[in-house]
Amino acid sequence: MISHEYEELDVRRMFQGLWGLTSRELKKWMKEPIILFLAIVQPIMWMILFGKSMNLGSIFSSTNLNSINIPEIMVPGDLLNPPISGVVNIPGYVISSSLRNLLEVIGAKAMESVFGVSDYFSYLAVGMVSMITIFTSTFTGMSIVWDRRLGFLYKVLSTPVPRSAIILSKVLNAAIRSIFQSTIILGLAVLLGVKFSSTFSLLNLLSIYLAIFLFSTGLSSLFLAFALRSTRHETQMAIVNLFTMPLMFTSNAFFPVSMMPNWLQAIAIVNPVSYMTDIVRQLTIYQTDLTTLFTDLAYLGLFAISLSTLGIILAWKYLVK
Amino acid sequence: MSEDAIIAENLTKIFNGNLVAVDHVSFSVRRGEIFGLLGPNGAGKTTTINILTTVLKPTEGRAFIMGYDVVKHASTVRRLIGVVPQEYTADEDLTGYENIILCGDLYGIPRDISKKRAIELLGLMELTKFKDKKVETYSGGMRRRLELACGLINRPRILFLDEPTLGLDVQTRSAIWSYIKKLKDEYSITILMTTHYMEEADSLCNRIAIIDHGKIMVTGTPEELKNSVGSDIMVIVIKEREDVTDLIDRVDYVKEVRKKEDGTYIVRLEEGEVAAPIIIEHLRQRGYHVMKLSISKPTLDEVFLTYTGRAMRDSEESEEAVMSRRIMLRRARR
Ligand SMILES: Nc1ncnc2c1ncn2[C@@H]1O[C@H](COP(=O)(O)OP(=O)(O)OP(=O)(O)O)[C@@H](O)[C@H]1O
Ligand SMILES: [Mg+2]
Repeated sequence: MISHEYEELDVRRMFQGLWGLTSRELKKWMKEPIILFLAIVQPIMWMILFGKSMNLGSIFSSTNLNSINIPEIMVPGDLLNPPISGVVNIPGYVISSSLRNLLEVIGAKAMESVFGVSDYFSYLAVGMVSMITIFTSTFTGMSIVWDRRLGFLYKVLSTPVPRSAIILSKVLNAAIRSIFQSTIILGLAVLLGVKFSSTFSLLNLLSIYLAIFLFSTGLSSLFLAFALRSTRHETQMAIVNLFTMPLMFTSNAFFPVSMMPNWLQAIAIVNPVSYMTDIVRQLTIYQTDLTTLFTDLAYLGLFAISLSTLGIILAWKYLVK
Repeated sequence: MSEDAIIAENLTKIFNGNLVAVDHVSFSVRRGEIFGLLGPNGAGKTTTINILTTVLKPTEGRAFIMGYDVVKHASTVRRLIGVVPQEYTADEDLTGYENIILCGDLYGIPRDISKKRAIELLGLMELTKFKDKKVETYSGGMRRRLELACGLINRPRILFLDEPTLGLDVQTRSAIWSYIKKLKDEYSITILMTTHYMEEADSLCNRIAIIDHGKIMVTGTPEELKNSVGSDIMVIVIKEREDVTDLIDRVDYVKEVRKKEDGTYIVRLEEGEVAAPIIIEHLRQRGYHVMKLSISKPTLDEVFLTYTGRAMRDSEESEEAVMSRRIMLRRARR
């Protein structure tokens, strides 16, 4: 008698099933370029419309001061170095010009210290990698609902393919798609004026891919777990809509955590989106801080491992009614 | 190892705590046999198959495939069986060929083998011309044949066919049945099928179980079932003019004899084939010559009526209604 534990350990079968199911999803995806387009159009809109219009740097621009008329100022001569007797009159235009210079310097410093870069567009644009990954990963839950509805899942369940492979194929598919789409987003960001730091290299890009893989794995496992027994895609749709924007807004994707009220900070600090976004920024527009980078990666690793384990356990238990 | 390919013992499935879809169903299927589950819509046929194919867990009872428990040894069972579900489950966006290869991957069949088998099966199902077309463009009959090809990719010992000919035209139906017979002869697989075409069940199945409201009403060969409900009808014409009603009536198997105006005898009797030579001999010894003799059997429709109290046809909706209800059901299920 063949024991069934032996079956689950049969690694080659596992991988063949996993690859078969994953390539099925990828084939479907590649046959419909419109899906890719629809998926990336939203992050691109955010990047272009929001990123370009929220030109925060220009608040500190000297041109904002042109309309202000600064009157002549009288300075007592003994304050000067070297002191002179009497009073000196300094004309307004001298003052305003040095104020303008000062403001530009302060502005640049303030932007740097808040956003880490001097322009908001760069800050936002590379963060859109998180958004596309969130969209792609949360939507995988939907595909298992469709598979159930269309009967495909029942056929798969009647074959010896391990239940975990069913879940992992969806996870893998989400990760591969996210990586591909993120590459497009990053390329577009560069075209639109994002300047990568001088330390950017192929290794940086590969590290970003690793981060996307981990983040996507965790997130898609979670949403697949929600969808395991569901037969209504409306429910899934609602869950996806309920989560995506709050996930973005309670992270550093749009605005730095340090500037948030305390209660929001508390959420942002556990929100994996913050870690994902920080990794992308560290590796593209910032001077990479290795300690931060490794902490971020470790957090995402933990996120991925715990949720995918949960997903697989739930799949074993609940995929079959 | 047991002699039986499939054993179901008191299988019960209750949905949502109150809907009893399958109610203490017990039967066994011998190796190499074609076994039919016959019943109207909602009788619990698909649910029974889903339990046997490990897709649903039974609420109660046990089932064994080639001696392996479908719950405890689910993955062993899955390797032994092939399934052709009631619904079309192929991926519409992939081609027929891609679908079969995917099935092969799910069974862990090495690609070089599954590619060879896929070509072979596509040939057998006469789909070679369409193998690189998206399934989306397939007709119902082509899809059904593709499902069959998928179900056979792992050379199953036991094949489950859930209404393999539902909604197909007569030609496609008979084509599919000729494939199935061929398969059975070539690979000597055991087949469990459901259908609600009485003639199909009658001509194909070695044994049949009639299921209604989740319960098995009766099991037996089509012959046994038909015999159990009553008698055959025999029509006899003899050369001589004399009335032989009493003579015929004296034969053991005969229940009732009537002479019609035109001189033919209508005989209601049991086991017509056995009785026929006896009657002929009986009459010949007394100098009468049988010129013509025909026996007609009661149909499964009558069997069904007897065991469920209603005609199969009455409990059936039209085929389109069945299909559309099925789509709705699928949407509504949770
Ligand atoms: N997943 C499910 N959840 C709830 N009820 C279900 C489910 N599947 C089937 N049922 C119910 O169980 C009963 C038996 O259904 P089943 O599909 O087994 O019938 P069937 O004999 O295959 O009918 P048909 O000829 O229409 O295919 C029906 O009343 C059906 O509505
Ligand atoms: Mg059915």
